[in-house]
Amino acid sequence: MECQKCHQRPATVHLTQVINGQKSEVHVCEKCAKENGYMNYGEENFTLNDLLSGLFHSEGPSPLKGQSAHSYNQKPKLKCPNCGLSYEEFARIGKFGCADCYKTFDERLNPILRRVHSGNTRHDGKIPKREGGNLHLKKEMEEYKTNLRQLIEQEEFEEAAKVRDKIRSLESQLHHREDGDE
Amino acid sequence: MSLQQFMNEAISPWMKQEGPDSDIVLSSRIRLARNFSQHPFPIIASEETLNKVLEFFQEEFQKKSFRDYKDFELVQMKDLQPIEKRVLVEKHLISPHLAEKADKSASLISQNEQVSIMINEEDHIRIQLYFPSFQLDQALEQASQLDDWLEEKVDYAFDEKRGYLTACPTNVGTGMRASVMMHLPALSMTNQINRMTPAINQLGLVVRGIYGEGSEALGNIYQISNQITLGKSEEDIVEDLHSVVKQLIEQERKAREALMTRSSIQLEDRIFRSYGVLTNSRIIESKEAAKCLSDLRLGIDLGFIDHIPRTILNELMVLTQPGFLQQYANSTLSPDERDVRRASLIRERLQLENEE
Ligand SMILES: [Zn+2]
Ligand SMILES: [Zn+2]
Repeated sequence: MECQKCHQRPATVHLTQVINGQKSEVHVCEKCAKENGYMNYGEENFTLNDLLSGLFHSEGPSPLKGQSAHSYNQKPKLKCPNCGLSYEEFARIGKFGCADCYKTFDERLNPILRRVHSGNTRHDGKIPKREGGNLHLKKEMEEYKTNLRQLIEQEEFEEAAKVRDKIRSLESQLHHREDGDE
Repeated sequence: MSLQQFMNEAISPWMKQEGPDSDIVLSSRIRLARNFSQHPFPIIASEETLNKVLEFFQEEFQKKSFRDYKDFELVQMKDLQPIEKRVLVEKHLISPHLAEKADKSASLISQNEQVSIMINEEDHIRIQLYFPSFQLDQALEQASQLDDWLEEKVDYAFDEKRGYLTACPTNVGTGMRASVMMHLPALSMTNQINRMTPAINQLGLVVRGIYGEGSEALGNIYQISNQITLGKSEEDIVEDLHSVVKQLIEQERKAREALMTRSSIQLEDRIFRSYGVLTNSRIIESKEAAKCLSDLRLGIDLGFIDHIPRTILNELMVLTQPGFLQQYANSTLSPDERDVRRASLIRERLQLENEE
């Protein structure tokens, strides 16, 4: 196969491009690939993009471009109330429009996330200091509760009582905060 | 401008430092993707929103310092010439994606160029932190502190169940991409790296050439990074990456030893031939330059060549890319002209070492 750009050298770089949801194959020589910016030294991961768009489309045929909420389609569309992105658009571009999209499309996300993240659907990492709010306390409490169970199993009741007191104080802190937030 | 001067400005200070396992690991990087909770993501945001984000960073972070990262400079894409953008991409201070965006995008770069915070890329905020050599833990610790520093001012999009919310589902959760850049000439020569890649992929990590395309890594330089961002903590992800990199380092060292015992003279010949090409050629394509630079670097690591610093590989891999060549020439160059310029820049650079 010869290079699509220069028609001189053999095509050694083969890529699938997704631009505005339109898939196209690119076959170019290394030189042209570099000059046209096809060499991916950034974050772009083409195989992953392909995988993703394949997954999203399993929901059904992709809608026509420009279709709006007032289209002839009978079924009510799942659409983010905050940014206006529909599930179909999300499937087409493979990107969320805003933070609220996650809540809006929540029920449909688990299979996608599982595929992309080796079966995982729940965050288990850092919690931001401010935005995390009570999550820090909740997480701390979870840890104390596990600890408490262990101590009771090991019949270390004196220690267990101390941990129980800590849990109680955390609980009252949590209640205070939640009241204060209102 | 003299080459020495140009290099001093072109090469980020951190790139000149050595550190743990710097015979094999060139650099460690942590990238964190973050978004504002109240604004739509850049992909669909209005001009007005993008402007708000940009102005916010201008007001809150321009010229600010955080610990070792001093005098953050907001570099706006709209103010840059195409070649200048290309140079920033080649230095890995901005992504190609950010460079393509005409305006409303920027990068907040620390004076030492260890930190660049890309604004209005795919996400509102992408924090990037580089460390020389194999220092992933330090990079994570510092990146996390920078993240806390930003969070004092920014309301992050975060969800108890899904973590840090990102534009792409592949980044959600920690929003973290940890990566290590490695020079693996012996594993490449013996074709072992291709055999190891599937096993590494199984662990949720990706191996790829950072320069060049696909399985062929220019300069035998590979990037190992995590693919999974959800369901594991930042520390666990980094630990997994750390242990795989440790094993790769060991394997590379073994492969180098084996080459030295089995075919020392062939190896020496290969290294000095490459050195000859670098010091004498008048025209050199990036592919050949990368191969020869990799050989030269191996020759330095193995003690065949002792008057050239190790950092020559990272340095010249960066400087001989099209953007830098054109910046140094101070004009746009055709590919053929670049090959001539590349050859002369390399000769000049190696000449500097002979003079000292
Ligand atoms: Zn071509
Ligand atoms: Zn939305």
